Amino acid sequence: MNRAALRRVWGLVYRHLALYRRSWPRLLELMYWPVLQMVVWGFVTSYVAGIQTNAAGLAAAALLGGALLWEVALRGQMGFSISFLEEIWSRNLGHVFVSPLRPRELVAALMAMSFIRVVVGVAPAVLLAWLLYSFGLFRMGPVVVVFLLALLLMGWAVALGVTSLLLRYGAGAETLAWSVLFGIAPISCVFYPVAVLPAWLQPVALALPASHVFEGMRAALLHERIAWGHLGWAFVLDAAWLVAMGWVFMRQFQAARVKGALLNIGE
Amino acid sequence: MSSDAIHAEALTKRYRTDGPPAVDGLTFRMPRGATWGLLGGNGAGKTTTIAMLLGLLVPSGGRVACLGHDMARDRFEALARMNFSSPYIALPARISVAENLRVYAHLYDVPQAERRIAQLAEELQLGELLDRPAGELSAGQKTRVALAKALINQPELLLLDEPTASLDPDTGDWVRSLLERYRAESGCAILLASHNMAEVERLCGHVLMLKQGRVVDEGSPAALVAKYGREDLEQVFLDIARGRQRAVAA
Repeated sequence: MNRAALRRVWGLVYRHLALYRRSWPRLLELMYWPVLQMVVWGFVTSYVAGIQTNAAGLAAAALLGGALLWEVALRGQMGFSISFLEEIWSRNLGHVFVSPLRPRELVAALMAMSFIRVVVGVAPAVLLAWLLYSFGLFRMGPVVVVFLLALLLMGWAVALGVTSLLLRYGAGAETLAWSVLFGIAPISCVFYPVAVLPAWLQPVALALPASHVFEGMRAALLHERIAWGHLGWAFVLDAAWLVAMGWVFMRQFQAARVKGALLNIGE
Repeated sequence: MSSDAIHAEALTKRYRTDGPPAVDGLTFRMPRGATWGLLGGNGAGKTTTIAMLLGLLVPSGGRVACLGHDMARDRFEALARMNFSSPYIALPARISVAENLRVYAHLYDVPQAERRIAQLAEELQLGELLDRPAGELSAGQKTRVALAKALINQPELLLLDEPTASLDPDTGDWVRSLLERYRAESGCAILLASHNMAEVERLCGHVLMLKQGRVVDEGSPAALVAKYGREDLEQVFLDIARGRQRAVAA
């Protein structure tokens, strides 16, 4: 990416940062749900840990760790999709699409905004988990950073799919931006191992990067070992999903240019 | 293709393969530095034409080049040297005017962005508006901000969709004067879609009359008025829109 391209990406990121600077409810909303989730799961964890067995204590840690890590995928996807929706809501896409901003630069800007939203949203929850429940996310070791990255990449892959649907169906597909990852959660095995799922559903779960990340997280927490195999698969699947969803996004972008959907995408 | 401001060849758009064309074989060459008008009733194909010129819409047939760049192949090269304004496409309402202009200065890679914004603020009398959210401005103020956005990159080709719609006569006149001044100083080519015939007569050296996606007549406003034996362009527009015979040319 050359200097002009980076500047265009920054232009769009700046537009969103300016929006947050002027809207404290938006800023608060970024932190609200991750913190709320963490508080609920923190109490559940405290209750389970209170059973006073070693297994219960480890299960409690796995629950809270799962809840916090899942927030990264969730907020990553929402941060991307909602930043795109902000352009639709403000009826600004026409101006953006007739500027020299390339589609790949638009995607880069949305990823940058997603990253910022994840940091602002999830960091307070991680800090509170440590302060209130003595749960340090980094007890899993530095490998947790790799887990977080793998989940963020998955969130972006899902967001590319959602944004493709927004290009195809306009704001009518808006609900998906909020809900799609909740639908994937049961087969992402956030709180239980893949082995718990029915045999026919396990291959579906193992096609998702998240299920490998959470298998890896449980291995780190329960057995204090790094499941390199699962980590490797998580990144291979992330790459595959990103390529596939990137292709779908570009196809839908071109289709929107053919159908004229970019002219009235907000309707 | 040529180095005209715009060179359209048999430009066609069908939204449905079995439906009528929204634009049907549009061919024209607009020279650099000229101001042309795109006139036609609702549904005549003006917005579709502008969207194709901007690369926002892929033509079903034909081709178009802006500033010598084929819009099918290297539209981004052209887009960096063009700009666009329409009252129907908003700027983000919750961020300030200055922030909006800064965003577009980045998107168009404008050198010395702050100096350019200050210059535009002075030319368009935006000084007191710079820190106000764009959504809190009056229609006239929004139009001035939209024009500032459209001029931020000192475009060589400016596409304007009804630039004075919903403005009072005083503000409308002010905008027209600004456009005249900018064109004279910069040599920018301007393509203007408008329903305001007086505006077109004042600004445009050449007019394309569209009906059902086709150019049904063209020429300078004065030549069209003379050709149809009318007193002004509005009457010519009504003749064409209602399918009346030309008074003189027929």
